[in-house]
Amino acid sequence: MKRLLRVAAMAIGASALLSACGGATPDADQEGLGTITVLAAASLTESFDALAAEFERSHPGSHIMLSYGGSSGLAQQIVAGAPADVFASADEATMSTVDEAGLAADPTPFASNTLELVVPVGNPGDVNGIDDLARDELVVALCDPAVPCGAAAVRLLDLAGVAAAPDTLEQDVKAVLTKVTLDEADAGLVYVTDGRAAGGEVEELAIDGADEVRNRYLITAVDGGPNPRGAAAWIAFVTGEMGREVLADAGFGEP
Amino acid sequence: MLASASPDRRPRPSALLVAVAAIGVGVLVLPLVALLVRVPWPELPGLLASGPVLEALGLSFLTASISTLVCVVLGVPLAVVLAHADTWRTLPRRLLRTAVTVPLVLPPVIGGIALLMLFGRSGVLGPALAALGVGLPFTTPAVVIAQTFVALPFLVFAVEGALRGLDRRIEQAAATLGASRMQTFALVTVPTVGPAIAAGAILCFTRALGEFGATITFAGSLPGVTRTLPIASYLALQSEPGDAMALAVVLLAVSVLVLLVLRDRWAPGITR
Repeated sequence: MKRLLRVAAMAIGASALLSACGGATPDADQEGLGTITVLAAASLTESFDALAAEFERSHPGSHIMLSYGGSSGLAQQIVAGAPADVFASADEATMSTVDEAGLAADPTPFASNTLELVVPVGNPGDVNGIDDLARDELVVALCDPAVPCGAAAVRLLDLAGVAAAPDTLEQDVKAVLTKVTLDEADAGLVYVTDGRAAGGEVEELAIDGADEVRNRYLITAVDGGPNPRGAAAWIAFVTGEMGREVLADAGFGEP
Repeated sequence: MLASASPDRRPRPSALLVAVAAIGVGVLVLPLVALLVRVPWPELPGLLASGPVLEALGLSFLTASISTLVCVVLGVPLAVVLAHADTWRTLPRRLLRTAVTVPLVLPPVIGGIALLMLFGRSGVLGPALAALGVGLPFTTPAVVIAQTFVALPFLVFAVEGALRGLDRRIEQAAATLGASRMQTFALVTVPTVGPAIAAGAILCFTRALGEFGATITFAGSLPGVTRTLPIASYLALQSEPGDAMALAVVLLAVSVLVLLVLRDRWAPGITR
């Protein structure tokens, strides 16, 4: 019994220690901005990774914690109380989910994106345009309409008058890209920026009229987030000169 | 191994242990209670009757039933061999046991990637399958394969445990009475461990029903074809939280029901 009590005491002590270390609140006495938690659309992965490295270099004592995913899922996480400082969404609809919950402090457009076709290297399905997505014998990967890239795909396919025959509806744009990169799908609709980020691992095909369907990316501080000072600094950085340059390099359009 | 310990003269656990155990129960039960509290009960019948939910429900029950069948067909012989492996050398015995255990501890997403590497179009078997005109990824059979991969160990271990507790003399008696090895297996061994096979099959079914990671990785997600209950629930959470909760209630209800039915009837060792 005594030994048991000692073990229990040690366990309690250890957990107290852990929670003391784990606090993410920035120390006001220190120069650094501390940890800034950013939830961002999957399509921002490469740009935000690059910007975060740059930000941490120019802001000693800061750490950007990035979590990427489908914007809709991230929005739900924030509404459910995820301790985020910044949310960057791939369209206005997902941002409004957070806005309606009263958690989006100041949504600001900072980039835009359009869709393109990607096919595996060598184009095994002989895909030439968006019309080919209706071909039943091809394996076609699209985003689910519940996430921004899928909503954009639906609008673009409607505009083109194509009844697509998808074989899978993925939960975010990177999952679509992966299926094409692995040569498991003959074609996929992804953002121009994702096709470019994949380097030579896929072939990109521009779509006529893709400009008609343009997703607007919005960024906001999350109301009640643990690090508002850090959130403001990160948003200023992303919407500033450095951010615009990196985003433009990645293929994003003007907001 | 699971059922044999006799509990009669064990001392009562101390108050501290009971208190910690209560926290443990809370960790397991409170999230599920919270889910039940938040479910929009009045809208539940309507949600369950909606197209996407019914579609996912039907697909999940179909695929989980087939993969349970496959698990029984493949798993019972595997359990027999595994139970017999004691007479083997250490290395092959451990390798076999590890091979059966790995899917239990592996993150299912990794299992899905592995399945893609084997059956995918550019996978190891992909070209051969393509020559036969078979493409597995993104099809309902791919869902069954993913579920079988994660569920098979449950059946194997349930049956193997029962085989180990089996009185070998019954089989020996059958042999001395002139039964062939196959006859002994079919007419003596299988009926004796029947309850364990049933228990294992039910565990298999619930595991297959809950399969998410390997399925979404290997089979994708298309309504009516590969979008099973857990995947539909995950996607619905992003846009229709009500649907997600309706699906969650179904999964939870099935799991609890199955375990309650299992209780005592077939597998006193697994569910007392």
